[in-house]
Amino acid sequence: MTQDTPAQPKVSIRGLFKIFGPTDTEMVELVQNGMDKATLLEKHSHVLGLQDINVDMQAGEITVIMGLSGSGKSTLIRHLNRLIEPTAGEILVDGQDIMGLDAAKLRRLRQEKMAMVFQKFALLPHKTVLQNAEMPLSVRGVDTATQTTEARKWLKRVGLEGFEERFPAQLSGGMQQRVGIARALTANTDIMLMDEAFSALDPLIRTDMQDLLLELQKELEKTIIFITHDLDEALKLADHLVILKDGAIVQQGEPQHILLNPCDPYIEDFVSDINRARVLRVRSVMSALTAEQFDGDIEAGSTLERLISMSDGDTNHVYRVMQDGEAVGQLDMKDLVKALVPRSSSNEGARVA
Amino acid sequence: MARYEEVFDALGLREWCDANKTDAPMSMAQLLAQTQGDDAAAETEGLPFPSLDVMHEACAAIGQTRDLTEGLEQGFLAIRGELKFVLDPVTQPLSWLLDGALFVFESAPWWLMIPALILVSWFVSKSRAVTAFVAIVLLFFSLIDHYDVAMQTLAIVFVCTGLSVVIGVPVGIGMSRSNTAQRLIVPLLDLLQTLPTFVYLIPLIFLFSVTESKLYGIAIILYAIVPVIRLTDLGIRLVDKDVIEAADAFGMTSRQKLTRVQLPLALPNIMAGVNQTIMMSLAMVVIASLVSAPGLGVLVLRGIRNLELGVGIVAGLGIVLLAVILDRVSKAALSRVDKQRNAH
Repeated sequence: MTQDTPAQPKVSIRGLFKIFGPTDTEMVELVQNGMDKATLLEKHSHVLGLQDINVDMQAGEITVIMGLSGSGKSTLIRHLNRLIEPTAGEILVDGQDIMGLDAAKLRRLRQEKMAMVFQKFALLPHKTVLQNAEMPLSVRGVDTATQTTEARKWLKRVGLEGFEERFPAQLSGGMQQRVGIARALTANTDIMLMDEAFSALDPLIRTDMQDLLLELQKELEKTIIFITHDLDEALKLADHLVILKDGAIVQQGEPQHILLNPCDPYIEDFVSDINRARVLRVRSVMSALTAEQFDGDIEAGSTLERLISMSDGDTNHVYRVMQDGEAVGQLDMKDLVKALVPRSSSNEGARVA
Repeated sequence: MARYEEVFDALGLREWCDANKTDAPMSMAQLLAQTQGDDAAAETEGLPFPSLDVMHEACAAIGQTRDLTEGLEQGFLAIRGELKFVLDPVTQPLSWLLDGALFVFESAPWWLMIPALILVSWFVSKSRAVTAFVAIVLLFFSLIDHYDVAMQTLAIVFVCTGLSVVIGVPVGIGMSRSNTAQRLIVPLLDLLQTLPTFVYLIPLIFLFSVTESKLYGIAIILYAIVPVIRLTDLGIRLVDKDVIEAADAFGMTSRQKLTRVQLPLALPNIMAGVNQTIMMSLAMVVIASLVSAPGLGVLVLRGIRNLELGVGIVAGLGIVLLAVILDRVSKAALSRVDKQRNAH
């Protein structure tokens, strides 16, 4: 949502390829010359994991990488801390190519720059909740007093005060993932990698956890890379959305923009099931100020759903869109209703993205 | 048999066959045939399988089967000196350990030893029922005057199990880290486990004096170490991949990963291996009494040798009782670990 883009992205992936197989490096050229996944598998029995991935992830933003299973999203996130080695390409963290790091430096990077939250929580079952949260610091060799204060602080922050001495198996899934998040926060890293962190949770708990994450993010402004297969989740969390299909990026950009301007039938399909009123923001569908009279004011960041309930369903209303106390545009309820229908004949006028 | 002679003739190997013909010793079959006086009858019996002995008959240059066993024996005897030179000092600490443990267990007075053992089983198992059972069994051994032999057996089992764990766990860790190591070690473990126990006593007898305790110590450890190795390897390989990944993602060194994640999570499996090792060393203790291992096994052997039915059966049941208390105590320890982990 930030318009003032910093000069250097926090994490940046350049020309990343991942091919699984014994002679993967030789296959890169074939793929670069346009061989597709099926042909590669059939002719050379190598599996194309990722092809030509280029993403910039800005500091303080949540970058969501979305794709269905098999799209390579989990493979992609594991490249960022080199749990999986790429076949070709660069990964820059704070401008430094992490492909050049030796084992010891890579460990330092993982300890100090990136924390990870896992789909299946991956807590140590033989350690208490507190010990689990202390883990990143104890790996680093920080003194025990600091470990405990930090771990207690973050456990409290995620709402697990009083559960410190329990074992993970004694907690519900949602609570275990809170431990996972507390563990990642204790590591006190700039970057947080979240691999389908909420996918294993019940829908209601998932919403809670998403709210928790957004709340934490407002306060901590970390660089979060979040993997999901759920478009609703992606749209709710993302500042920057990357859509993967078969190991390649189909479209990336601001989520509202993708929703209104899908560039590919695959994405049109994807976004057609979405409750657009809940996801789209007023500022994404407003037009330039022309009207004289308004039926009311609405914040640019509000959802369309909010405006619909405000207007009581009356499509004759026109609202003034306000941002930071200034009028930035207007929204005719008729435009709003049109925006609720997925655009199939994509020849509509330009919208303010 | 003439047929094979013709074969060699036809191949033009006659000269090679008779090159250094000597009067080789007769094969067992020939000897039997000769003594029974029907040499001729045997020859008419169709086509015999061209075994080494049969071919030797036709062509003297081909060795007899007995040369194979003979060769093995000579080969072993030839390197025996060197083997002994290396193995003797390496295994000497085992003798000291066994002798020391036997000395301690035999010389400690019963009123010290029995409470001590009961305390140990309490600390290991934390179960009243198991501890009470151990106490009853120990008192029963004392009552029927089997206290000393039971202590000897226990001393040997403790030393051999301890060493099996000390050696077996690192080997298991090594195996879990490399598939090549696993491929190489698994057949060896299979061999150790299936080779009839008496068979590996044979080379040991050649190498060491029967009066040395390490002779039976080695035999017991070789037999009993297998489960610890196997289950350590298995336990570490079964550790949840997600947890290992998390350990990597937070930058653990491989040592931290081993001590903080892999070994603790493999512990239930390793302890199951230790339990098996205890049982197997107890089984081997009886056979080891053939090579001077003291303890209950000696009484079993006496029962067999002198046909003393009662002595043999009481000693045999004594071994069963020892096995049961060792099993219960180690299983109680195992379930304590499990329970702590999966407490709900």
